Amino acid sequence: MTALFSQPSPRGITLKAIRATYNRGHHRLAVVLACWTFLLIIAGALVTSNDAGLSVPDWPTSFGSWYKIPKLVGGVKFEHTHRMIAQGAGLLTVILAVWTWRVEKRRWLRVLAYAAVGTVIAQGILGGITVLFYLPPAVSSAHAALAQTFFCIAVAIALFTGKRWIEEQPRVEFDQRRPSLFTLTMLSIFVLYVQLVLGAMFRHHGLSWWPHVANAVVVSFVLAWTAVRALTVYSHIEAVRRPAIAMLSLVIAQLCLGFTAFLTRVAWGRNAVQPELPMVMATVAHVAVGALLLATAVILAIQVWRHVPVAFEERVPQAQGDASTA
Amino acid sequence: MNKKTGWTGITIGIVALGALLVLGACSKKEEAPASNSMAEQPAMSAPAATPIDPATVATINGTVKFDGPAPKASKIDMSQDPGCKGSNEAENVVVNGGDLANVFVYVKDGLGNRTFDVPKDPVVLEQQGCKYHPHVLGVMAGQTVQIKNSDPTTHNIHPTPQNNREWNESQPPSSPAIEKNFAREEIMLPVKCNQHPWMKMYINVVKTPFYAVTDKDGKYEIKGLPPGDYTIAFVQEKLGEQDQKVTVAAKDTKTVDQSFKPAAE
Repeated sequence: MTALFSQPSPRGITLKAIRATYNRGHHRLAVVLACWTFLLIIAGALVTSNDAGLSVPDWPTSFGSWYKIPKLVGGVKFEHTHRMIAQGAGLLTVILAVWTWRVEKRRWLRVLAYAAVGTVIAQGILGGITVLFYLPPAVSSAHAALAQTFFCIAVAIALFTGKRWIEEQPRVEFDQRRPSLFTLTMLSIFVLYVQLVLGAMFRHHGLSWWPHVANAVVVSFVLAWTAVRALTVYSHIEAVRRPAIAMLSLVIAQLCLGFTAFLTRVAWGRNAVQPELPMVMATVAHVAVGALLLATAVILAIQVWRHVPVAFEERVPQAQGDASTA
Repeated sequence: MNKKTGWTGITIGIVALGALLVLGACSKKEEAPASNSMAEQPAMSAPAATPIDPATVATINGTVKFDGPAPKASKIDMSQDPGCKGSNEAENVVVNGGDLANVFVYVKDGLGNRTFDVPKDPVVLEQQGCKYHPHVLGVMAGQTVQIKNSDPTTHNIHPTPQNNREWNESQPPSSPAIEKNFAREEIMLPVKCNQHPWMKMYINVVKTPFYAVTDKDGKYEIKGLPPGDYTIAFVQEKLGEQDQKVTVAAKDTKTVDQSFKPAAE
């Protein structure tokens, strides 16, 4: 199937026609990569929660070997499994980039696929540096933050290669409100990213817990504002409504998980002699839902950018409903 | 340069940068085994030891008590590694009938600029039953610490010092002992095993031979002290440090007891 995008822009400039073709295999690989990355984030969270970050003391080899799987006991079970899943993610990313280069006509999407390769390489190097330098909080936190950045890129590629994105003729409604919904979605991503960094710094002993908890209030407010605006004004646009509902649900779940993680890890588990199952489960779930929340905010921002573009004075719509962007 | 070539160039650049970093990291790692059995260089070359008249030396001994109800030791779950046999309990506060074990006692002050020979015999740290033996260890700066693994599983030994060099090495079963030393004075230097997160112990690195660790009855003894005025420090990993001033005359044997209160929650 092919969709042709050739529209006069609101400023009267004719946009270059971009022919996007849905490729089922390519899209499925992008979805697999996104799911695999989510699994990788969970595996990484298990490493940190089980205090197993340095159980394999070398990198890029594991106990001196490039390919031998060590006995998966103790902390090695978590650390080496994380490394193996990460290798799979790297391989999938390269395959996806090559496939994108071969089949994708949208240049910006090809660039995004190459950026994914660059990000996964940088992420692997950060993971290695954090092992070789004994988990410096700044590097470990950067590793945690880049993991979720990569997840968002993978999710975005899966979205852009999807049948709906390619074949749908988007219904566009210009947003005259200030702040615009798009601004709110960008603000949501920003506060979530700050929250991610604060949480990672706390987890990696670079910061106290309270900045993360204090920022949770800001995140909740901004995300609720964004979701309520999306649902009250644009609930008739399915592509906006769905991620807005998901974001609202996830933020509620995340607050509950954050509270549980605080209780098990900070309040009750302060003097624990080893990582206990409740604290491991709560913190890993908190990281995983945090990643889903960030990715949902990114999807919402993309869909809002597509369906509810910001109207400027010099860009007042003459006729709404048939303009499209890709 | 066309756009496709540009992006190919950027990708190659990123991969090359990654490869450089990997190589840099590898060459750093390769340095580690070289220092495996080598002495860490002391901060300064040690001058000759100040002589002590053996006819005048004094002894300080005593008992360290825990002033409160004995805390219940937490059971450790070692099920994640079948190679960890037996039962295990946390050793962060070990109290037997009111006596406090694993307190590091040392002469903190009063020896002036005296210097002491570093013993040639190593101190031994053993890993057995996925537990460190002993839990608290004293060693002189520059003295060899011999680390043995008697377990049928791999451990890694990872000290996390403030003043000394950090390292992290794995030790498979039946492998030769790892020999290390610490160049600078450091009290309660934590050592952990990242494979078994419950395994923790503390090494105390001091410049003098005047130190001891309380046994299971809370008792300690420091022998061979020259007469003088001293500050004796008692350090416990959770309960902190307490100091006492003491004066010993020639051939004196002085009892210096100490007690710790439970840590505030």
